[in-house]
Amino acid sequence: MLYIKCPHCGLRSQNEFAYGGDASVKRPELNKEISDQEWDEFVYLRKSPRGKHLELWHHVSGCRQWIKVLRDTSTHEIFNTYKSEEKVG
Amino acid sequence: MQKYSFLSLIKNAFSAHKGWEVAWKDPTPKKEYDVVIIGGGGHGLATAYYLAKEHKITNIAIIEKGWIGGGNVGRNTTIIRSNYMHDENGLFYEKGMELWRSMSQDLNFNIMFSPRGIINLAHSDAQMNAYTRRGNSMRLNGIDAVLLNREEVKKKVPVLDFSDNVRFPIFGALMQPSAGTARHDAVAWGYARQADSMGVDIIQHCEVTGFDISNGKIQGIKTSRGDIKTKKVGLCVAGSTSILAEMLNMTLPIETHLLQACVSEPIKPILDHVVTFGAGHFYCSQSDKGEMVMGGDLDGYNSYAQRGNLPTLQHVLTEGIAMFPFLSKLNMLRTWGGIMDMSMDGSPIIDKTHIAGLYLNCGWCYGGFKATPASGFTFAHTIAQDKVHELNAGFRLDRFSTGHLIDEKGLGTKTWIS
Repeated sequence: MLYIKCPHCGLRSQNEFAYGGDASVKRPELNKEISDQEWDEFVYLRKSPRGKHLELWHHVSGCRQWIKVLRDTSTHEIFNTYKSEEKVG
Repeated sequence: MQKYSFLSLIKNAFSAHKGWEVAWKDPTPKKEYDVVIIGGGGHGLATAYYLAKEHKITNIAIIEKGWIGGGNVGRNTTIIRSNYMHDENGLFYEKGMELWRSMSQDLNFNIMFSPRGIINLAHSDAQMNAYTRRGNSMRLNGIDAVLLNREEVKKKVPVLDFSDNVRFPIFGALMQPSAGTARHDAVAWGYARQADSMGVDIIQHCEVTGFDISNGKIQGIKTSRGDIKTKKVGLCVAGSTSILAEMLNMTLPIETHLLQACVSEPIKPILDHVVTFGAGHFYCSQSDKGEMVMGGDLDGYNSYAQRGNLPTLQHVLTEGIAMFPFLSKLNMLRTWGGIMDMSMDGSPIIDKTHIAGLYLNCGWCYGGFKATPASGFTFAHTIAQDKVHELNAGFRLDRFSTGHLIDEKGLGTKTWIS
């Protein structure tokens, strides 16, 4: 069981959360010419690192906020959690 | 190579089984090879075997970080099938079925292939319609498919819950009678033994630490046991693909996720087929030892840990008990996890790359084991001829940017829910 500290609600079990994937992926900016390459990178390409991974989780059975979690993908250790709008590192 | 047979078994019995040759050697890596395969799992071993057998290339090294067969080829639920709707998948896996049927003879190793049939349950009229469509697509590709109604399912699998008050009543099923299971370790060992006998060096406990690339061409690899020169490198490392891709400055349309499986204590024969739940993700078969072999969903977050987490196991087994209420009475014997290379459309990638001499085999998602022979066969062709085989022509790396996805389930790019 993972325990995730929601920045809004405190420490909760993983059962209350839904995963949202890599949080470092940036959507191409609006109102700009966007190449196929840029769409490809945004939609499909993922670093999928072994080690520290900044990811989105949705506290769907709690406060329903999206949050960011810095977690190790090989040990599952959670280093820190952030509000969705918070800048990380 | 010593041939395995009933006679050789008797002969060796007289010498207290001390006369058996080693099945594969433990060579020291040479300075140079024609082809280096990274990853000594099912796919890597099969690739080396078909390179030697079909393309007469035998100066090959298989580089394995751990031991052969210690990864996903030893961690799956041993299911073999080709019940796919899309041509690219259907034809590819059906080639695999052909290779599975003759594998024990080809490898002179009993892989215990058991074509017991797979039954995909349907729980609504809409699902029956979808299965009719899938079954028709399969039959057009020459794959056997039978639509079963509720009574026919009941006859084949009476232990399913057919009572009136279930949440997901069984309307019928799609069955592929030629599908089945095989002993997964034997597949790895059989390929390894044959490849070794044809001159392939299987180098275990040797980690790849880097690549030597110049002028856009592969020149060699760096390993924990020294540098090896080669003009061709094939990657068959499943869940570890993204780690090697990072060394190659490549970003791939895959994510690594954790998948669990488990077996119950052994019981008397009760389930003759592989059966899957249609209203969730759960599959079950009974091993020759009598254990119920079960699996289902991914753990649901990026992971390189080859061990599972209980919430997912509980979720998966809840589905299992909904199907087979008797499972709740069994003790769990063993659970384990493996790391999957989940591609963004659920279909694999077997292709060349932008680096000359570097070939990629990844994106196997839930289905790597059944693909083992077809993957090895087509990947060997791709490496030897430096061009894709017609059976893996659709499994292109660039299909994501060009929009030629092979999205069997139509679930999109959230690999952890697919």
